[in-house]
Amino acid sequence: MSRIETELKTSKENGTTMNEMTTSGASTAVTERPLGLETRGVHAWFGSHHVLSDINLQFPERSVTGLIGPSGCGKSTFLRMLNRMHEFIPSAAMAGEVLMNGNDIYAPEIDAAAMRLKIGMVFQKPNPFPAMTIRENVLSGIKLANLKVSNHDDIVEKCLSRAGLWKEVKDRLDASGGSLSGGQQQRLCIARSLAVEPTILLMDEPCSALDPGSTLRIEETIHELAEKITVVIVTHNMQQASRVSNYCAFFLSDGGPGVLVEADATRKMFTNPTDTRTADYVQGKFG
Amino acid sequence: MSNIGNETLVAPIQPWVKPRAKTLKNLFGPALVALVSFVIVLLTGFAGPDGWALLFFVGLLGLAIARTRNQDRVKRNNSLISIVIAGGATLAFAPWLSIFYSLVIKGFHGIYLGYFFRDMRITTPDDELNMGGVGHAIIGSAIMVLIATAITLPLGILSGVYLTEVRGRLTRMIRFVIQSMSGVPSIVAGLFIFTTFVDVTKQFSGLAGSLALSILMLPTVARTAEEVLKLVPEDLRAASYALGARQWRSSLMVVLPTVRSGLTTAAILGVARVIGETAPLILTAQSISSFKFNPFSGQIASIPMYIFALFQIGTEYSMARAWSGALVLMVIVFLLFVVARRLGNRVKR
Repeated sequence: MSRIETELKTSKENGTTMNEMTTSGASTAVTERPLGLETRGVHAWFGSHHVLSDINLQFPERSVTGLIGPSGCGKSTFLRMLNRMHEFIPSAAMAGEVLMNGNDIYAPEIDAAAMRLKIGMVFQKPNPFPAMTIRENVLSGIKLANLKVSNHDDIVEKCLSRAGLWKEVKDRLDASGGSLSGGQQQRLCIARSLAVEPTILLMDEPCSALDPGSTLRIEETIHELAEKITVVIVTHNMQQASRVSNYCAFFLSDGGPGVLVEADATRKMFTNPTDTRTADYVQGKFG
Repeated sequence: MSNIGNETLVAPIQPWVKPRAKTLKNLFGPALVALVSFVIVLLTGFAGPDGWALLFFVGLLGLAIARTRNQDRVKRNNSLISIVIAGGATLAFAPWLSIFYSLVIKGFHGIYLGYFFRDMRITTPDDELNMGGVGHAIIGSAIMVLIATAITLPLGILSGVYLTEVRGRLTRMIRFVIQSMSGVPSIVAGLFIFTTFVDVTKQFSGLAGSLALSILMLPTVARTAEEVLKLVPEDLRAASYALGARQWRSSLMVVLPTVRSGLTTAAILGVARVIGETAPLILTAQSISSFKFNPFSGQIASIPMYIFALFQIGTEYSMARAWSGALVLMVIVFLLFVVARRLGNRVKR
């Protein structure tokens, strides 16, 4: 737990330098850290159904940002828009910009597949490739993207270690990925995402299908990852958001499209939020 | 943990299983009905096994009514309808059983070890049954079906991938074409290859036969491939795209390996579909009575054509040979289906 406390202390220090957060509309400078990712005026539709309206949000580099909010507020949709997984749904449409290093990932000249190498994703349900062994699963991203890499064994060990799975599986790397427990499978999926060396990792409720022990293990993994890469995590679990994230963004829908109510340092969001709706939600009064 | 010493005190029982004595008692009534029906068939002019089956069925209904005479209507209807449904199931199963029975009874005379390895080059259809064999026809069928599979499997998998992975603009049209292809009469497939291939090459050949079989095989393989590809969870495609994969690499390296055994099933079902086809071969591969391994020139033997030719002769020994050929064919198809079912069950798990 000491690591978590240190992280929270860091965000406390950052919190003192923060500007006041606004609701939708103007973009907000949250920190002096360089930005990993930034969204400007992002909207989303499924057919004629408007699900997200005007989201302006900044994700500082090498930090964990938690997206929180009740079911149906559009936070998962928002996450999927950050690496263009949104567009695989046939009726999907969007507006706005998602900037990585100042470049819009939706610009026509951007190669979506190459972009997704830099912005990885971990899904709600563990989904290792069933036809591959543990080792092949870790290396699958390299194979799928046709990257030229030589030191395969080193990559397997490094990624599994970073995902906190190496000690448990090092003697059975040639077993099927499906032979692992749910928590191990999810850590295998994290290791798989890390093998292509993304700078940003998106996680869509990665612990919702897991037991408390595996959840704790994955939360530790997230903390270790945040030393090197930017993590964005969607979670339903308030305690988890307060444990793992440096920054939090609260989404809400009142029947219409989801909006960003408030975004700030996690400590401030949970102790002294600006918006009363945020206060009600984090205290468990609804949602 | 006080239970540890007590394990032997509680005997495991299966209260949902009926005791053996009661089951036997329940069988007594039907057995009596069967015997009575048999006696009636013996004494009166009622016709053979069919008459016996009819009497047995009516007798069972009567027995059920008698047994439930003191019970309410719901229970009586329940037992009557159970009997009718079981009778219907038996009736549906009867043709298969009857076919298999006649094949074994009429076909086993001609079967001896050499039957599988010899051809009919120096044996006439009227020779003794311990001469000659079906070996040349098995080889011919195997060659043609193998070539047909080599043509059809890639096409079938590609169209399955197009329908489930690419989902392009032609999806509906291709699905429609495949569905209507499965309705093409087999003789039409033969005629088509006859005019487009046999006429052009000026000879019958195994290759022509394979092409005709491919036309009949493609719809089966394509539709089965589409069905198994639909079973691949959307999660896996999403996961591979999130790793920066392009669509074709994702299909090739993630989706297709996941359904490897399902695609094998598709191929086997396609083979089982065409291995017994006769009509398309009459106009394309024709038939000969000796071994031939070259599919590119001249007529070639096949099991269905072997059966067809021997039946046409119609003498006692030729008929016996034809029945043996039919038995061999039936067993091959049956084995193929068993293998396909095994592999198919593995994919669903």
